Amino acid sequence: MDYLYGLAQTIGVHTIIGLSAYVVLQTGQVTMAQAAFYAVGAYVSAMLTTLWGLNILIAIPVAALVAMVLAGLAGFPALRFKGLMLVVATMALGEAVREFFFNFDYQIAKGDLKVGPAGAEGFRQIRYFYERGWTTAEVAAFIWMFVIGIMALLWWMDRSRIGAVLRAVGEDELAAQSVGINLTAVKVSAFAIGGAIAGVGGALYAHYTTHVEHTAFGVLMATFAIAYPILGGLSSVFGTLIAVVFIQGLLIQWLPILIGGELRNLLFGLLILLAMNLRPRGLIDPRVARTLRGLFVRSPNA
Amino acid sequence: MLELKGLSKHFGGVRAVDGLDFAVKKGEIVGLIGPNGSGKSTTVNLICGVFPVTSGTIAFGAHDITKAPPHQCLSLGIARTFQNIRLFNELTVWQNLWVAQNSAKHRKERGFLGRWAGGRGQARRSVERYLEFSALAAKRDELAGNLSFGEQRRLELARALAAEPDLLLLDEPAAGMNSEEVGQLADRIRSLKGQGKTVVLVEHVMELVMGVTERIAVLNFGRKIAEGTPAEIQANQAVREAYLGTGAKI
Repeated sequence: MDYLYGLAQTIGVHTIIGLSAYVVLQTGQVTMAQAAFYAVGAYVSAMLTTLWGLNILIAIPVAALVAMVLAGLAGFPALRFKGLMLVVATMALGEAVREFFFNFDYQIAKGDLKVGPAGAEGFRQIRYFYERGWTTAEVAAFIWMFVIGIMALLWWMDRSRIGAVLRAVGEDELAAQSVGINLTAVKVSAFAIGGAIAGVGGALYAHYTTHVEHTAFGVLMATFAIAYPILGGLSSVFGTLIAVVFIQGLLIQWLPILIGGELRNLLFGLLILLAMNLRPRGLIDPRVARTLRGLFVRSPNA
Repeated sequence: MLELKGLSKHFGGVRAVDGLDFAVKKGEIVGLIGPNGSGKSTTVNLICGVFPVTSGTIAFGAHDITKAPPHQCLSLGIARTFQNIRLFNELTVWQNLWVAQNSAKHRKERGFLGRWAGGRGQARRSVERYLEFSALAAKRDELAGNLSFGEQRRLELARALAAEPDLLLLDEPAAGMNSEEVGQLADRIRSLKGQGKTVVLVEHVMELVMGVTERIAVLNFGRKIAEGTPAEIQANQAVREAYLGTGAKI
């Protein structure tokens, strides 16, 4: 059972990081910096709870805020880049942040133990949940509260005018400007919102793994962050969730159990290729998204 | 209302617009014509702040908008359509009109938060009005990308109008239309005059330009070569030469 709860934790946190990229991708910006904001969220929140004994419900919003400010600041220079140049620029930012944490050493003594980020060794002893005796199931439930909250928020945003404006910018920047949309404001806001969400994801990640180090926040994580919403489709937040379950659950966890060995790696790639070919606009493409919406709610314009 | 003074735009050595003086009065429907490459579309893009100007000034009412970015021009009351239709294809017809309500007037009416999230009552009424105007009410939930060409043209015009502009810049709105559609477009443009809008019409389709405008400016090689009523322009020798070559007789 604990295995399933553990999987639920992973899927929850990866859904959050995927959703953080979802917002930015909607404005047509491909960002490879989400892992950086994820790292900031992880380190900041873990320091707040472990070093200074703050409640996690305070540590998470603070970490999200710090990640949001950094993302907003990163958004301004990123505005000057488009397409591949933006990918490279945000990747450079991500690596810079990772390098920072690689060298970040700040420990204080707690009893006979020194705790805090210790450079390459990482930040161990993030024992917030252990000290309070939370079970794996409780931690998973805690994480999913945030997943559901963020999904609900983005679901509402998608249906509000904000969502339409983000998509308008993603589709045609010149047309968007010509109908009076301030590109700078929209793109920087998208970056900031995405940063805050990634910060929440990082904070949850740090606390359930109890140990973070810089390697977790590299290009691979940044790639996962954009892969989920792209594979899932940019029409609905549920696409991202389904893509995470597909990759983290099916491909990474269950496939080895089902077949195992070398064949798995081959099949991993094949299944992703297959999914993208069968559903080029995402697992949940605009048509499915509209049908889904129709099942649950009346047309917003009726 | 709109005044261009000595407006120039050079792309490298190409003088797309070269010392253009041009003024539009409130409530006028003005045509801007000229052969291909004469600088008409560039002029529209300069007015809307798409390109930075090389020299010269653009004034709109009391504002100097020479350096204003596109979204600010719209907020002041200048809306436009594009030569090649630029709709938001992944948004519905309704949403295309909904995102376009960003003028200073809207902001004042709805407040900051209302403009983004709420304020939907007013926004909806305004959207309904322009759905009606463009005869697209039945297609409101269709994705804009699925509309026919003529419908897309109508939607683009409606999207510009949904911003409640004072000045409307139409960049070849009749391109690709059949003569029946051109007739309907002419009626729509004339009805705008009744609503107190000012229109600058960039167009190749002479049937439309001669039918709806009160005054026409002719550009060639980025310079204004003639200005006058449709009748005067039709009789103008310089204009004939620009279009048909020197020595042409009609």
